[in-house]
Amino acid sequence: MTDAAEGAVMKTLSAIAVLLLAATFPARGQGADWLTFRGPGGASVVPAGALPTELSAEAIRWSAPLPGRGLSGVLVVGDRVFVTTSDGPTQDKLHLVCLDAATGKLLWDRQVLATGRTMCHSKTSVAAPTPCSDGRQVYAVFSSNDVVCTDLDGNLRWIRGITYDYPNVSNSLGMASSPLVAGDVLVVPVENDSESYTIGLDVATGANRWRLDRPKGANWTSPVVLAPGLVALQSKTGVDAIRVADGSTAWRYADGADTVASSCLADGVLYVPSNGVTALALDAADPAGQPRQLWRNNQLAPATASGLVAGDAVYSLNRGDVLTAGERATGKRKWQLRLQGPFSGTPVTDGAHLWAVNEAGLVQVVSLGDTEGKVVSTLDLGDEILASPAVAGGSMYVRSNTKLYRVGK
Amino acid sequence: MARLVAAVVVVAGLLVAASGRAAPPAFDAALDTLRQVDHEGKGNAAAGTAWPVVAAAGVESLPRVLAAMDGANPLAFNWLRTAVDAVTASGRPLPADALEAFVTDTGHDPRPRRLAYDLLRGTDEARAARLLDGMLDDPSVELRRDAVAALVRRAEAAGEAGRADESRALLERAFTAARDVEQVQAIAKALEKTGATVDLARHFGFLREWKVIGPFDNPALRGYETAYPPEAGIDPAATVAGKFGPVEWRPVSTADPMGLVDINGVYPPPADAAAAAAPKDAPKEGLKEVVAYAVADFVAPRGQAAELRLGTKNAWKVWLNGTLVFGRDEYHRGMEVDQYRLPVTLVPGRNTILVKLCQDDQRKPWTTEWEFQLRVCDSVGTAVLPADR
Repeated sequence: MTDAAEGAVMKTLSAIAVLLLAATFPARGQGADWLTFRGPGGASVVPAGALPTELSAEAIRWSAPLPGRGLSGVLVVGDRVFVTTSDGPTQDKLHLVCLDAATGKLLWDRQVLATGRTMCHSKTSVAAPTPCSDGRQVYAVFSSNDVVCTDLDGNLRWIRGITYDYPNVSNSLGMASSPLVAGDVLVVPVENDSESYTIGLDVATGANRWRLDRPKGANWTSPVVLAPGLVALQSKTGVDAIRVADGSTAWRYADGADTVASSCLADGVLYVPSNGVTALALDAADPAGQPRQLWRNNQLAPATASGLVAGDAVYSLNRGDVLTAGERATGKRKWQLRLQGPFSGTPVTDGAHLWAVNEAGLVQVVSLGDTEGKVVSTLDLGDEILASPAVAGGSMYVRSNTKLYRVGK
Repeated sequence: MARLVAAVVVVAGLLVAASGRAAPPAFDAALDTLRQVDHEGKGNAAAGTAWPVVAAAGVESLPRVLAAMDGANPLAFNWLRTAVDAVTASGRPLPADALEAFVTDTGHDPRPRRLAYDLLRGTDEARAARLLDGMLDDPSVELRRDAVAALVRRAEAAGEAGRADESRALLERAFTAARDVEQVQAIAKALEKTGATVDLARHFGFLREWKVIGPFDNPALRGYETAYPPEAGIDPAATVAGKFGPVEWRPVSTADPMGLVDINGVYPPPADAAAAAAPKDAPKEGLKEVVAYAVADFVAPRGQAAELRLGTKNAWKVWLNGTLVFGRDEYHRGMEVDQYRLPVTLVPGRNTILVKLCQDDQRKPWTTEWEFQLRVCDSVGTAVLPADR
């Protein structure tokens, strides 16, 4: 059989496998699920009215203890909440837990031992990457580069140990890039100073579909879906658009980019934390074509939290905990508002308001005007919060090193 | 073609699974299937079919699942580990007698023994706690850690009751047994408060006597892959070309309790060095873009499996008896004791351990360190001490 013929058969078999997976494990989630880091589209944008703008202690629906530490974000799939943690003297006991969204009751807990190194900076955790889901399976990745896939009921589908396979994939400060599921491929960035890859794993078996050499350098950013079958990988060198089918590069933006805050996509424009923020317009007819730079503004440079785009504005939180609003069309700065920081998690917004949770657990609701922003409500959770919030069912889910909170309706 | 065959097998497996007509593999066969998983997803598809069989087993099957973990590779262990989560979620009483028998049988793998202990503790905490009395020398680091912690609590109680001699004796026993790094350091601190002297470096097995040669050049980080003369062979009397001129081996002894070898102390920053030796382009905080080697002879009491455990925030390579063990080109991301565990086999008598340590070009204050610590121990963390000291 020729390579071309074998490739065609492989594609067909792969498609059959995905269809069978879909039939065997039907998606349980609804349209309003939170399935990945920064939610739908990786944009941190929620529908208008998705969250209350007036918060008080009564808004805390429940809090539930977690079996370990972590700063990964939460997933919400239908009536279930998924979160990862780590515990033990060396933080090598890794948990993927599922809780009931209505009550916070623990439904199941799947535990594995880290097969890679668990050393990390004291501020972060082995449970740093946010898991992701396609509504049928949950994919959990840890700083040790262990990957665990279960169905929504906790039945194990497959496991990988990326550092077990490639021993120099690690970061002594800790890894934190979140995975992304795109079609039948799970995109797992494990980029670091030494053996630096992003790997495409088959969602059915966890086997490598492709393994891409990436720039050597610590990288904590997360991929973004650009278009069906096309994802953006960000690194210190810039942004690479990768075809998830085979890991090939469609286009490259090579003007450097941040290694902490991630890009976000809105209406065909990729807002990259590069030289402040650089807006790249995708080719509407062919997203795999080279994008066109719209604007650049170094006054919008984000710190740890990723930027947001909603309405006619772009927003970023800088190192001084200042929320900056810029014109979406031009990048020109509109207004600034100093919040109570510091921040590690990325806020969420519905375009009219923005909800930001600082590291001390203070939820700040900011009214987003055209000429100014204003804090209109706060809620002190009194707990260290480093994770980005998830939003579903009228509530915000935030987690600390010990608890998971549901705040809202 | 191999990929194609594998894909056909996967799809066939999914077809069978989706049809619902597949006969589930027998329990033992399912355990065996889970044990077959390996690198890069090998065996995952079959394991995905076998896992529900094990997960659906009753709690009486737990000892068999635990036993299947003996010697399992880390991935196979994890497949089995998650099945235990499912098995124990039924809420049915766990077989405490069988779990205790598993925990106390040190012939089993430390990992499932610890898991069995945790399950037993969830069932009968007092019964599990009683087992700790016999676990001060346990091959499971975690079980030993808990046993030591219990002994420390007894020492603290004795101290609070005014029984100072008893407290100190218990602490000394705990120190001897402890292998967890933080626990050892905490006990050492408590012992020192009683006036006792502790030798942490000896307890851990840190090597304190080295010979160092350098600096060699590390332009644009290329020194990591550049084989300087020590990589071709160790000649203690050799003088070779270094970055700033001829260099030779120098004896270096560290008094640091955790065996820290400071290369900046060997090749001090120019401000502190003899003026004639000061290179013009060297930064004042310490040499940058340089490489050094450290060598130690370790006389093993016998041929044995051991671990070289290294801590450093510099790029490094380690050779044992001329064979490269491992290396990593990461700079200034952090350092801790036992940061890297390198399984090796020591030959009887003299073993030569060579460390290559690279310093990068960053100029931030937190990139000054050029140092490492290395110890020789077994897989539990018990020091393997040289036969000649």
